[in-house]
Amino acid sequence: MHSYPTVRASLIFVAVAVVGLLFADIAITASNPWRDLGNFFLGVVTPNFFSSEGLLTALLRTVAFAFVGVALGSFFGFLLALVYRLLPVRIFCAFIRAIHELFWALIFLQFFGFHPLTGVLAIAIPYSGIFAKVYSEILEEADPEPRRLLPPGTGMVAAFLYTRIPDCWEQLRTYTAYRLECGLRSSAILGFVGLPTLGFYLEASFSQGFYSDAGAMLILFYVLIATIPLWVRPKLLPVYILAAPFFLGEGLPIVWGNVERFFTEDIIPAPLRSGEGLAGMVPWLGDLMVNEALPGIWNTVLLTQIALVATGILALLAFPLISNHFGGPVRRTSGHVFLVIARSTPEYILAYILLQLWGPSMLPAVVALALHNGGIIGHLIGRQTNTLRLRPDAPTGFNRYTWELVPRVYRSFLAFLFYRWEIIMRETAILGILGIYTLGFYVDSAIQNIRFDRAMVLILITALLNIGVDALGRYIRRKLALQTMPTC
Amino acid sequence: MSGFDLSGLKASFGGERVLGPLSLRVREGEKVALVGKSGAGKSTLIRLIHEQVGRNSSLVPQDLGLVNALPVFHNVFMGQLDKHSTWYNTLTLIRPFAADRAAVKDLMNKLGLAEKLWIPTASLSGGQRQRVAIARAIYRNENLLLADEPVSALDGPRAHQVMALLRDRFATSVIALHDVELALQYCNRIVGIQDGLVELDEPSDRLSSSDIMSLY
Repeated sequence: MHSYPTVRASLIFVAVAVVGLLFADIAITASNPWRDLGNFFLGVVTPNFFSSEGLLTALLRTVAFAFVGVALGSFFGFLLALVYRLLPVRIFCAFIRAIHELFWALIFLQFFGFHPLTGVLAIAIPYSGIFAKVYSEILEEADPEPRRLLPPGTGMVAAFLYTRIPDCWEQLRTYTAYRLECGLRSSAILGFVGLPTLGFYLEASFSQGFYSDAGAMLILFYVLIATIPLWVRPKLLPVYILAAPFFLGEGLPIVWGNVERFFTEDIIPAPLRSGEGLAGMVPWLGDLMVNEALPGIWNTVLLTQIALVATGILALLAFPLISNHFGGPVRRTSGHVFLVIARSTPEYILAYILLQLWGPSMLPAVVALALHNGGIIGHLIGRQTNTLRLRPDAPTGFNRYTWELVPRVYRSFLAFLFYRWEIIMRETAILGILGIYTLGFYVDSAIQNIRFDRAMVLILITALLNIGVDALGRYIRRKLALQTMPTC
Repeated sequence: MSGFDLSGLKASFGGERVLGPLSLRVREGEKVALVGKSGAGKSTLIRLIHEQVGRNSSLVPQDLGLVNALPVFHNVFMGQLDKHSTWYNTLTLIRPFAADRAAVKDLMNKLGLAEKLWIPTASLSGGQRQRVAIARAIYRNENLLLADEPVSALDGPRAHQVMALLRDRFATSVIALHDVELALQYCNRIVGIQDGLVELDEPSDRLSSSDIMSLY
C-alpha cells in the first residue's frame, strides 16, 4: 500500500499537519464554552422570527446582492472565457479570483463607502475570475467533431453558437446555478464588514446574546439555500436579475473625493508619500515583511495544512452517512440533513459562531473549515458511491467501507481535496478578520490603523500565496493523474 | 453439504418473465454446466441460485466486481474477509500478514499471475483480471462454485488449465459456459436453458456437442 503514490502523498500531508499541530495555537479559552454552545443550540431550536423587521430586509438584500454580483460575474466571466487562451488574461483572472470577496469589500469600502456598489463589485470581481476559468474549461471539453463538419466559410459566431454552446449548455447551466448558491453565501458574509446582509444581522444578534434571533436567521438561510430549485426557475431568472438591482438598498452616497484620495494618496507606500523616495522603501518593506507578512504567512499556511487534513478525515468519515451501501432510510435522511447544513453554512459564519463560544484560537477555524469543506466533499463522494454496483457477495459493514468503497473513491476524493486546497487557504486568510493571526488579521489591523498602503501589500501577498497553492495543487493532481469536475 | 434443491425459481424484467418458473436440484459432487444462447437466462439463474444459497458459495460474476484500485493480492484476499476480524482485515489492507501472502502467492502461481501480485488490477488485461476473480473464488474455499462465464477471456490452453483447476478445487459447481467443448470435458451434467426454461438436462457422457447445438 505504501508504494501507492496516492497513499504516499496522503501520508506526507498528514505528517505535515501533525507537525503543524505542535506549533499551532489550539485551545478552548472561553470560561464556559459548553454552556455557551448549549445556549446557542437552545437558540436554534427556539428561533424567534419576529424580533425585528430587519430580518426580512436582510434576507432580501442578501438575495439581491447575490443575484446582481453573480449575474455580472457570469457575464464578464463568459467574455473572459472566450479569450482565456491568452496568458495575460489567465494571469489577470488568477489574480482577481485569488483575492477573497471580503478583501475586495474591505478595499471598496475605503473609497465607495457603504454604497451598494461595494457589495456588488466585491462579489462580481472574484466571481468573474472563477467563471472565466471554469467556463473556458467546460467550453474546451466540447466535442470538436461537429465543428469540423460545418460547411467551409461558416462564420465564427455561428459556429460557436451551433457547435459549442449546445454541447456545453447543461454544464454551464449547472455550474452557474451552483455558483449562485455560493453567491448567496458570499453575500451573507459581506454583512460582517457592514453591508446590510444577513451577516450584519447575525453579528448584531450574537454580540447581544440574542441566540434565538441568530437561530432564526440561520434557519431562514438554510431554507433559502435548500429551496433554490423551487424558486430559481429558468423562466423567473430574467425577472430576478432585472429586479435585483432595485432591492440593494440606498446605502450611503459615494464621495468622489475619497475615491481620488484613495488612489493618489492612501495606497501610495508611506516612504514615497513623505518624499523619502526608494531609499525609504527598503526599511519600510523590511518592517512590513518581518512584523506582519511573515507571521501572517506562517500562520496561514499552518492553519491551512491542519484544516486540509481535518477536512479530508471528516469527508471520509461523513460520506457513508449518505451512501446507500449502508444502513436504512432514517440514517440516510439525517445524514443528508447534517451534510446539507455543514456545506450550506459559510465557513466564516461557522468560525464566527465557534469563536464566540470557544474563545480565540485556531481551533474554531479548523473545525469550521473542516465542517464546511468536509461536508461538501463528503456529499460529493457519498453520491459517487451510490453509482457503484458491488458484487452480490460483497462484504458488509466496516469491511465494505475499507475494502470496497474507500479504494474505489479514494482518487476522486483526493482530487476534490486538492481542488479545495486553494479555497481553504483563501478562507484561512480571511478568517484573520475574526482575530486569528492569519494574513487577514494583519490586513484588517492595517485598515483599522488607516495604513492602506500596508494593507494593499498584504493583500497582494495573500493573492500570490493563493496562486502558488493553486499551482501546487494542480501540479500534484497532474502528478497523481487525478481528474476532477469543476463543480466542487 | 454443497448441493442444493431449489424450486420456484423465476425472474421478471420490466414486467416480462425472463426466467422460470423452474426447479433445480444439484447433488454434492455434481459439476453442472449451464449452456444456451446469450439472453437465455443463464446469468439470471446463477444470480438467483446465489441469492438462495447465500454466502456458503464461491462466486465468479460475469462483471468480476474487482476493486481496481487495489492490488491483485488484496482482490484475492477479499474472498476471506468474512472469515477474519475487522481489525485483521484493516491491518491487512495496510500491510498483509506473511501467511496470507504465501497462500495467495501460491495460488497465483497456479494461475500464472504470481509476478503481478502487487500490481493494481486496473492495469491488468481482461484475461488477467478474469483470473484474479477466479483466484478470489478459489481462495474463498467453499465447496460450491457459482461461476458465470469464468473463462470467456482466456485463450485455449489457459482456459483448459483454469477449468481443470476449478474442477479439482470445488466438490460441486454450477458454471455458465458458452463453450460447448469445455462444458462436455469438465462437467458431468449439462443443463440447457432456452427462453428461461430448462430444455435439456443430461449427464455429459450421454451427450455430444451436436446434441447441445440444437439449443443455439
